[in-house]
Amino acid sequence: MFTHKKRPWTERLVDHTFIRMTAVLASVVSLTVFGIFFTVGFQAVFQGDLSSLLPWHPDSIWQGIAAWNDEETFGVRWGAIPHFGLGFLADSSWNPVRNDYGALTPIYGTLMTSALALLLAVPLGVGTAIFLTEDFLPQKLRTTIGFMVELLAAIPSVVLGLWAMAMLNGFLAAFTPLHTHLGWLPVFGTEPGGPNLAMASLILVVMLLPIITAVSRDSLNQVPPELRQGAYAVGATRWTSIFQVLIPAAVSGIVGGAMLALGRALGETMAVTMIIGNSTNLSASWFSPSSTIASLLANQFGEADDIQVSALYYAALVLMILTFLVNICAQVIVKRLALKYD
Amino acid sequence: MTSNATNPMATTCYPPAASGLTYNPYAPRNVWNRAMNLLAALFATIAVLPLVVVTLYVLYKGGGAITPAIFTELPPAPGLSEPMGMGNAIIGTAMVTGGAALVAIPVGVGGGIYLAEVARKGWFAQSIRFGVNVLAGVPSIICGLFIYALVVNTRILWGESFSALAGSLALAVLMLPTIVKTTDEGLKLVPQELRMGALGIGASRFVTITRVVLPAAVSPIATGVVLGIARAAGETAPLIFTALFSPFWPDWASGWGLLAPTATLSVQIYNFGIMPFEPQVQLAWAASFILVVMILAANLLARWLAHFSAS
Repeated sequence: MFTHKKRPWTERLVDHTFIRMTAVLASVVSLTVFGIFFTVGFQAVFQGDLSSLLPWHPDSIWQGIAAWNDEETFGVRWGAIPHFGLGFLADSSWNPVRNDYGALTPIYGTLMTSALALLLAVPLGVGTAIFLTEDFLPQKLRTTIGFMVELLAAIPSVVLGLWAMAMLNGFLAAFTPLHTHLGWLPVFGTEPGGPNLAMASLILVVMLLPIITAVSRDSLNQVPPELRQGAYAVGATRWTSIFQVLIPAAVSGIVGGAMLALGRALGETMAVTMIIGNSTNLSASWFSPSSTIASLLANQFGEADDIQVSALYYAALVLMILTFLVNICAQVIVKRLALKYD
Repeated sequence: MTSNATNPMATTCYPPAASGLTYNPYAPRNVWNRAMNLLAALFATIAVLPLVVVTLYVLYKGGGAITPAIFTELPPAPGLSEPMGMGNAIIGTAMVTGGAALVAIPVGVGGGIYLAEVARKGWFAQSIRFGVNVLAGVPSIICGLFIYALVVNTRILWGESFSALAGSLALAVLMLPTIVKTTDEGLKLVPQELRMGALGIGASRFVTITRVVLPAAVSPIATGVVLGIARAAGETAPLIFTALFSPFWPDWASGWGLLAPTATLSVQIYNFGIMPFEPQVQLAWAASFILVVMILAANLLARWLAHFSAS
């Protein structure tokens, strides 16, 4: 009665097809990542579109490479990486008229806005997370506040940008005293008169806060209550136990969250484009217009052609490598620093 | 004294004197404690403040600009103030986001099933998990550049360049990691006993996954999908070089409107918000209002779904 029977072949076919199909769908993710790196890299090395990869295309790059030593043909239409090399990263001129491109200004703008934003957002976000995990307020109110901070993450960045543009004069009025009293510092050296780097950093703070708060709150919540009880039992005050016990125990999550936020800040586009002034002139002052790699792309890509497109893809490649490294670091830090509680 | 306050061991050196075991409000450690309490409260207030201010400002500025014509008319030409509408952008956002969901949900849920049910370990699954994390960190504007190079510039979609479909693909790339992650994590929460039970009574793997495991995990997956769609609907950067913009109604003749440049609410906010014309700026606020209300509603829906699953 209970003999071993094979399943009907139709059922096995359905099973196998389904398993294969999920594997194929899963590999779409990896293919996409590979495709993004390949495409951006290709456009940075060659001018012209992706279809010139096809051997039968009239402008095929293979023919160009085959005709490498042929004096008659022009060979390949090389793009920004062969043209500008690594000097692209240290050159601050961005001149579409002379077709001379260097990405130092946007790279500086990207790093500076992100660093400033992180410097403000980490204490604010971690402080908020502590406030939400301590018993200052009733549980219900804390959940509501936590939910409100998470909603802030859902507001589209273009809406924040529009709001920041409407608030421009208010921001400028707040910056002016810094210039008048501390104007001898190079970072406050120019008079704030319009969209500038400092405003872009402030808008980034608003965007980073929810990420840092949410991740820090989760990791603080995961610290076992015994640690806190132990600290209280030996006579520690609330803040002694927070600084010496709870934060060290949750540091992996907090640092990981900050790194995730940094990755987000580096690539944030719309709000920054609307409020940074999009100037490609290098300036030490935070109160002068500047640009980030992402804002440069959003601002110039639509009207660019030939080598400028390739230069923009080169800048995009730099941005991708930056965010990639930051995200990898975030994952490694979370794994390395994570304390294990069993 | 103040340095002692941070060190719990040092406090034992102080004899409690006459006060005994009562709380001394002037002890440095207690003063410091109260100061830090205040500071934390201040930080939390600062963190919540932008949400309240931005939401109220958008509701105030945008709510005033909402009229019935907004949904039925086209935007005015620059310099004119009639007609005041953005029906094309509302339809466009629905088309582009809907298309993105149609592409990303099957791929994302399928990929999540593979990671959680078929291959939990092994180098291939690990490399895909790594890919998901990398993709989640790719800046959204680069998704737009990728689809521009792949689809728009090569005119691979029936010879068309900028199109709603290209915009959908760019948003799908953006949504994909969220959906794979939530599916993966949602399926891992399903108790192992359910799978054992289904396989034990003779169900095949296909039936186990589609009829037993997936229904048990539907609400966390739905939560992730709703949040992913809401986030994608507000994204601008991937669309400015793919779906572009259009001041006209969708061109139904070209691929049911999918193969022509299409207006979306988010791109409209960007394009109109930086114009020097008052009617356009007002339409940008109205579009912000619609987007913010829609996204807040989606978040409440997602929260309700999560609550629904917990009970």
